[in-house]
Order: sequence, then structure tokens, then C-alpha cells
Amino acid sequence: MFFIQLKNLYKSYGSIKALNGLNLKVPKGALYGLLGPNGAGKSTALRIICTLLDPDSGDVEVAGHNALIEEKETRRRLGYVAQEVAIDKILTGRELLLLQGDLYHLNKNYKKARIEELIERLEMNEWIDRRCGSFSGGMKRRLDLASGLLHEPELLILDEPTVGLDIESRAVIWGLLKELKNNETTILLSSHYLEEVDELSDEIAIIDKGKVIASGKPDDLKKKLGGDRVTLRVREFSDELEAESVRKLIKNINGVSNVVVNKKQGYSLNFLVQSNDVISNLSECLAKENFDVFALSHSRPSLDDVYLQATGKTLMDAELELAGKRDLKLENKKSMR
Amino acid sequence: MIATNSSFSQGKQSRNDLNEIFQESFALTWRLFIQLIRRPSTLFAGILQPLIWLLLFAALFSKAPVDFLPGSSSYGEFLGAGLIVFTAFSGALNAGLPVMFDREFGFLNRLLVAPLSSRSSIVISSVIYITTISLLQSFAIMATSAFLGYGWPSLGGFFLITITLLLLVFAITGLSLGLAFVLPGHIELIAIIFIANLPVLFASTALAPISFMPEWLGLIASINPLTFAIEPIRMAYHNSVDLKLVLINAPYGEVNGYSCLAILFILTVGLFFLIRPLLNRKLA
Ligand SMILES: Nc1ncnc2c1ncn2[C@@H]1O[C@H](COP(=O)(O)OP(=O)(O)OP(=O)(O)O)[C@@H](O)[C@H]1O
Ligand SMILES: [Mg+2]
Repeated sequence: MFFIQLKNLYKSYGSIKALNGLNLKVPKGALYGLLGPNGAGKSTALRIICTLLDPDSGDVEVAGHNALIEEKETRRRLGYVAQEVAIDKILTGRELLLLQGDLYHLNKNYKKARIEELIERLEMNEWIDRRCGSFSGGMKRRLDLASGLLHEPELLILDEPTVGLDIESRAVIWGLLKELKNNETTILLSSHYLEEVDELSDEIAIIDKGKVIASGKPDDLKKKLGGDRVTLRVREFSDELEAESVRKLIKNINGVSNVVVNKKQGYSLNFLVQSNDVISNLSECLAKENFDVFALSHSRPSLDDVYLQATGKTLMDAELELAGKRDLKLENKKSMR
Repeated sequence: MIATNSSFSQGKQSRNDLNEIFQESFALTWRLFIQLIRRPSTLFAGILQPLIWLLLFAALFSKAPVDFLPGSSSYGEFLGAGLIVFTAFSGALNAGLPVMFDREFGFLNRLLVAPLSSRSSIVISSVIYITTISLLQSFAIMATSAFLGYGWPSLGGFFLITITLLLLVFAITGLSLGLAFVLPGHIELIAIIFIANLPVLFASTALAPISFMPEWLGLIASINPLTFAIEPIRMAYHNSVDLKLVLINAPYGEVNGYSCLAILFILTVGLFFLIRPLLNRKLA
């Protein structure tokens, strides 16, 4: 069952097509990552799901409800942690959470207990009673995440949750997200930060120019590129005979393909493996036949390779291309309600 | 356990619409008051400015022939009613500022993502907040002017003053909230507040009666909403409260106390109907 379904979303700002026929299906309970360079349309898509923005055309379904019509029903279900944290500087962290609790109509006892729980979990004890104006970016993010989780939403939407954060805050947030993943909470997060999406997501969609250009499980996407690249040496300087017998041995292992002997690199063996399991299998096989392993290097194709494959450029280059073209101040002004 | 994710029937939420509106409006109002308590300077500035005026203007015109001032025994007494109204007026004119800042800093988005039972709660909380402040400021002026010997109304007069101020504050709050949603930013809003403030005061009967004014100014003063608030209050200070009395001798005719209140009421209702579609669109 899909918890979120976006069908053919279009959204333009003047002549800029922020979303250009976006389609997305997020399974219930998944942690779903939206990966895309600056300006790909991630925030626009998330704001539409959150009912903050109407698309020019297209359908948005959340938990089987049309989110464009049943807005309040949708809002009840979701927690939203925006890209720019908007926190009242004069309130303390705890006061902000109490306010948030009332906006979601939580009852008093539940609210108090839940706030304590989240303060504990996000390690905010030391500073939660200080005014928000004095918080660092990481503290604000954690507070904002807590306020998004206060009403135990079925759907948590995070727009670039850890970009530019200190290491401690990032670790706390990642830890919590991993924990939530094991619950039934559906999480949709956007990022242009490869490791984040790769490490956390069950499934991802790569967005470019307002469209999904690839989607699926990160491992599958990478596998489609032909699997991991492995270089194996059984001795520092092997000979042809030895290399050949190793080749015969491993080429029959399930999941290994394209085995070649590289004479120039001291008869090392290069091949592709389909998953990590294959490697442990391989080590067992070698041990059985009394081969040592002098070196085994394993280079995984990254999501960047996936992006590269689909667009012909790396994420970094795409970002650089767009940087400087955008007037963020103007965008903020225009998206003011 | 961080999230259980079951349905919302765990009794963690109150699910009565009226309770919900009350809960969210109360929380939003409470937030505005916390801001006020931690940053009380606007409250005091709003009292201080009219107070200084009261002292300076009363001194400035202390030797003016008071016989010309209808019903007053000193200029300070005449001026009191005008400044009470002016205080409430400038307080209410600021109503849009918190909303404008929430729009600009994105806090409004936090409210819009929340399943508010009614988005009127955002407006209701601003109205409650501004009304309280404006009345507080006006009462502070009343207390000071009583202290200076310019009198204190009867109970009925006090009641009339409160009603009149409420009507004016509602109208101006509506106007300011409307502006807060139309204007592009706080600079523009502050500019309008700044520009509107003094001329509206001078073109009313706060500082001088219509009989002192040239014809054109008299005409403006006699359609200025401030005048319709000032005159009933001035009456509450001098005479026994009788709304049938003619309070304004306008170029277009005589206006009695009932008409003053009716005009303020119509203005309030009219403004709210005018900005409603706007708020519905912005807060949709
Ligand atoms: N309010 C706005 N007014 C005008 N253009 C906008 C506005 N918001 C977004 N855009 C444009 O729409 C496109 C998509 O923007 P969006 O913010 O959705 O991208 P994003 O993927 O979230 O990028 P980022 O990684 O910077 O957050 C960009 O080209 C951006 O310049
Ligand atoms: Mg974004």
C-alpha cells in the first residue's frame, strides 16, 4: 500500500518550472529519500504534500485521502520539519513545544508526557528552557523535529534535515530517524546530501528539474549499474597459473560476473558482485581451497553514479550550475502567505 | 517508544470543535502575551507617547481661553478624551505587526501546517491581544489624566468609554490585520502606520473642536472615525451620559451619541466583511 501518491504534479513560478510532471509513490512505513541537486523541486513537492502550496495541476493522495481537498485530515496525519526553521525567538524551547501541542489539540497530560519523552530522546534537556533565539542551527533543528513528532504523526516530512548541522545533532537526528523507521511511521525526507539518503533510506527517488529520473531501493539502483566493483589479490605478486585457478573458482560463485585477470596489476582479479553477501561467500570459498587474501578492495557504485548515469553529470556539477542563478530572498518573499 | 502511530482515538486529543478552537486560540494568545511580557517596551511606548503629549499640549494651551471649548474647564480636560482615543487607535494600528513578522519569518507556515480547527483562531488571538493592550494603555492615560486633575467619568460614563474604545479598536485592528496580509513586508506596514498616525489625529476633534477649524478640515474631522469615538468619551467626562445629545455639529448635519456608536459599529462590521475574503484566501 502506498501512503503518498503524487500524480503528474506541475508547478511553475513564473517561467520557472519547479515541478514538471512529478510522479511519486511512497510505501507505507518506508523511509523514503528524495535526492536531487539544488533547485530540483524537492521543497516544492514537500510543501505541496504539506498543504502549504497548491500545485498548478496533478493529484496528491495521502493515506488514501485527496490531500488537495481534505486538507485538515491530511494535516492531522503529518509532521513537517521545514528547510528553514521558523521558531519564535522569544519563547523557550519548551514553550514552543507546548504551543505546538495545543495547535494539534493534544490533551494536557499526554502533551506533558510526550514533551518529556522527546526532550529525553533528542537530548535537549540542558537547553530546552532557554529562549530559542539563543539556539544553534542544530538545536533549532532538533527542537523542530521534536515539534514535528509531538502528535505522533503517521507521516513525517523532513526537508533537508541535517544540512549544515554539527556532528552531534546529526548523530542524534539520524539515530532517531533510524528508530522511527522500525516503527510504522512513514518518513519522506529530502536531501542533496548523498550519504544521508544512502544511509537512511529504504527507497529513494532521484529528482532532477522537477521530475523523477530514477527511483527504487538504493542498492537496486546501484546494482542496475552492474554491481559493486571488486579487486582481489591472493598474493602480492601472483602468477598467471594461480590467477587462472582463482578465476575458475570464483566465476562459478553466484552473483559474481565479468571476472577478468589484470596482468599489469600483478595478476589481480577484477570482477563485479551483486551484493555484499557474495563477498563473504567468496571469502569462504577461497579459504576452503587454501588461498590467502592479500588484498580485497571493494568499490561500490554510489548514488552519484546513478545520478551521473541518468543525467550525464554529477550532483556536484548540477549544483554548481544552478548556484548563483537563484535569488533566495526573492523566493522567500514570493512564497510568503 | 517514540511513535506508536495508531489512530487518533487514544484520548490524547480533545475532539470537540469548540474545545479545539478554544485551545488553539488560547495558546496563540498566550504566545503573544509572553512576547509582550518579555518585550514590554512597545506597551510602555504606547502609554508614554500620549502621556508626553498630554503634558506638553496641556501646558502649551494652558492660557488659551477655555470658554470656547465646549463644556470643558481646561484644555487638559478637553484634550484628555482625544488622547484616550488616540492611544487606543495607535495601539490597534499595530495589530498587524506580529502577523506580518510571522509571515516574514515563516512562523505562519507552522500554523498553517497544523490542523487548526479554524484559522480564525489566528485572527481571534490577535484581536484579543491588541484589544487588551489598547484598553490597558487607554486606561493608563485615563488614570494619569485623573491624577492631573482632569476628572474621572461616572460608572455609566466609564461603561460608555469602554464600549466606544472597543468598537474603535475592533475596526482599526481589522484594518491593520488586513494590511498585514496585503502588504509585502513589515517595512511597508510600519510606513503606513507611521504616516497615518499623526494626520488622523490632527484631522479629528482630539486637539480642537470643529468650530476652530477651517471648513475643509472641519469636514474631514467630521467624517474621521476618531471623532466618532472622541465625542462620546468627551461627553462621558462632562455631562451625564445621554446618547440622544447632539455631539458633533458637522457641516452635513448634527450627529448624536447613538449615531456615533452606530457609525463605529457599522465601520467595524464593514471592515471585517471587507477583509474576510482576503483572510480566507491568505489562510486557505
Ligand atoms: N517562491 C518561489 N518563487 C520563485 N521561484 C521559486 C520559488 N520557490 C522555488 N522556486 C524555484 O523553483 C525551483 C525549485 O525550487 P525548490 O525550492 O523546490 O528546490 P529544492 O530542490 O528544494 O532546492 P534546494 O536544494 O535548494 O532546497 C527552483 O528553480 C527555484 O528557483
Ligand atoms: Mg529545498
